[in-house]
Amino acid sequence: MCSQKNREHSPYFSHGDLDNTVTLKELVKRFGDFTAVNRISLDVKKGEIFGFLGPNGAGKSTTIRMLCGILRPSGGSGTVAGFDIVTDAEQIKEHIGYMSQKFSLYEDLTVEENIDFYSGIYKIPAEKKQPRKEWVIAMAGLAEHRASLTATLSGGWKQRLALGCAILHEPPIIFLDEPTSGVDPISRRNFWDLIYRLAADGITVFVTTHYMDEAEYCDRLGFIYRGELIALGTPEELKTRHMAEEIVEVLCERPQDAMEIIEELPGIRHAALFGRGLHVVAERAVEAIPAITARLATAGFQAPQPERIVPSLEDVFVSLIETKDREAAPQQEFER
Amino acid sequence: MKFQRVKAVAKKEFLHVIRDWRSLIMGLAIPMLLLFMFGYALTLDVDQVPLMVWDQSNTPASRDVVSSFTGSRYFTLAGYTDKYREIERAIDERRALVALVIPPDFARRLDAGRQARVQALVDGSDSNTATIALGYAEFIVAGYSGRVALERLGRTSGAALTQPITVEPRVWFNADMLSRNAIVPGLIAVIMMVIAALLTSLTVAREWETGTMEQLISTPLTGPELIIGKLVPYFCIGIVDLILSLLVGRYVFQVPFRGDRPLLLAMSILFLIVALALGMLISIVGKSQFVASQFAMVATLLPAFLLSGFVFPIENMPFLLRIFTHIIPARYFVTILRGIYLKGVGLSVLWGEALFLVVFGGVVLTVAMWRFRKKIT
Repeated sequence: MCSQKNREHSPYFSHGDLDNTVTLKELVKRFGDFTAVNRISLDVKKGEIFGFLGPNGAGKSTTIRMLCGILRPSGGSGTVAGFDIVTDAEQIKEHIGYMSQKFSLYEDLTVEENIDFYSGIYKIPAEKKQPRKEWVIAMAGLAEHRASLTATLSGGWKQRLALGCAILHEPPIIFLDEPTSGVDPISRRNFWDLIYRLAADGITVFVTTHYMDEAEYCDRLGFIYRGELIALGTPEELKTRHMAEEIVEVLCERPQDAMEIIEELPGIRHAALFGRGLHVVAERAVEAIPAITARLATAGFQAPQPERIVPSLEDVFVSLIETKDREAAPQQEFER
Repeated sequence: MKFQRVKAVAKKEFLHVIRDWRSLIMGLAIPMLLLFMFGYALTLDVDQVPLMVWDQSNTPASRDVVSSFTGSRYFTLAGYTDKYREIERAIDERRALVALVIPPDFARRLDAGRQARVQALVDGSDSNTATIALGYAEFIVAGYSGRVALERLGRTSGAALTQPITVEPRVWFNADMLSRNAIVPGLIAVIMMVIAALLTSLTVAREWETGTMEQLISTPLTGPELIIGKLVPYFCIGIVDLILSLLVGRYVFQVPFRGDRPLLLAMSILFLIVALALGMLISIVGKSQFVASQFAMVATLLPAFLLSGFVFPIENMPFLLRIFTHIIPARYFVTILRGIYLKGVGLSVLWGEALFLVVFGGVVLTVAMWRFRKKIT
């Protein structure tokens, strides 16, 4: 967890309002009849890593595109780096780095040619061009592949090169749209190290993901589901405050059979396989634990005492989604 | 508009072209292929028409007629026969295009001072060639019959007579009346359209398809910077093609060049910009490579081929189509090319065409820039 940001010494806090670098009010995006983003309001503080979490098609990319000024909102308002996302979209583009889902590099250009292209586009001054290029190459670990065609690079390298190209001009805010999808675990870990380093330099990072483990790395999280923001807070806040139910961990043999029995008990929402055991979502753990113990004993399971645990983010997210689904009529999944 | 950004885009686009050998081939080999194909194959000249002869008269007079046919550059002797069936076969098999049948009483009638007839059978399956061949036949017979008439008069009057009126033809600008001399300059217009239509139409659409456009529109790069930068490499290919075409025209096809070279270059650059802008607009509107390339074919290449007057004379087109040709830029460029190339005329004659190209190019380029949105739709 990277909580130490040397804000006082950072060069990135010259512009915009006091604390927040991204503000959204009631942001809406509709495609025809379909509402992809439904009245989302949130603020992102300067220098924080803000994670935007949600399943595919929840509206993460749509939101991030509106923030980058490349998609026009249908309603609501917002500012990025102090500029209005509707009227000042072009100014926003001077102050942000954006990395789209596909790591949009030119595959038929070499690593250096891709960097040179973006440094031309961002008008990097002549004297800074070389140092910035070397910085990107070192950061991405591409020293030996600088003259290779981008098409020949592995996913992890492409991802780091794309990040490098997006931050050549040292923007104060970067938007990363599922930067780690389709990348191996070690590359993912390396990539998050990079994100921490950028955040330590005072850069605000707005990142979308559907990996729960990555969500833990963020300073603050927004859960988005079917276009709506269903929870907002630090990972700790989300785990402790946002869940109405409590989680009981049950370790036993044949957890699959145990799951069916437990789910029939009163006061139990549902149970899910989790590692070697079960995570049981219960209305109240103090009542559920003796009930589960008794039921498992009569069914002949050899099981230690179930324990109440702090829910994982996944537990929280699943629980929030189920609450949401119970409230709302089923809506069609929409992939964009 | 910032030069640094235009330069970055142009450089990147150059690299795409160089790395993608297919676009290089399309840019350089296809124009040459067209030039050689059309320069050699598309000749509208009808000469050396194969002629079958059935001389039923077989007299000095009839042989004289036959030799005035075979002695001209328009006909060559395909063979003699004495059956209609063989004539039919020869025409069926395309060994002969025209058959000349001289009836048995030909010499007798001539000697008697009466009108003699010869029969010409023509393969009408290619009506254009048939008409021209028939014209040649009538021309030859008319000349022969004029000579006969004069001889008769001379014999009766005792004086040597000459034809009262003769035409002294003098063909300007294309003295040999070779259609190739008109086609090769016109081809340059078509070739430039090919470059623009097929290469440029893909460039913006490709970036939308691969997703790189999403990255580009999130940067401060502006539409005009992107469009101008993207046009630069294709402009260069166009100029190379122009020079290659001029060289091939001059040294392979020996098409005479009478005009002002700098003027031709300036006009070609103008047309190239028009063509590139058109391709770019199609690419911006089309958004997918497939749609854009199909549309480019229909909207630029075909009109340049069919409606520019390059092969098919505009005067022969139906009224509505003739009106329509006025919005085909290639039409003006074909006129300019032939004017400079063959007639050696300058801007004092061609200013109208040049002005059209300037206006057309300006409008298309403006629309392209206006239509390009840095937004996802």
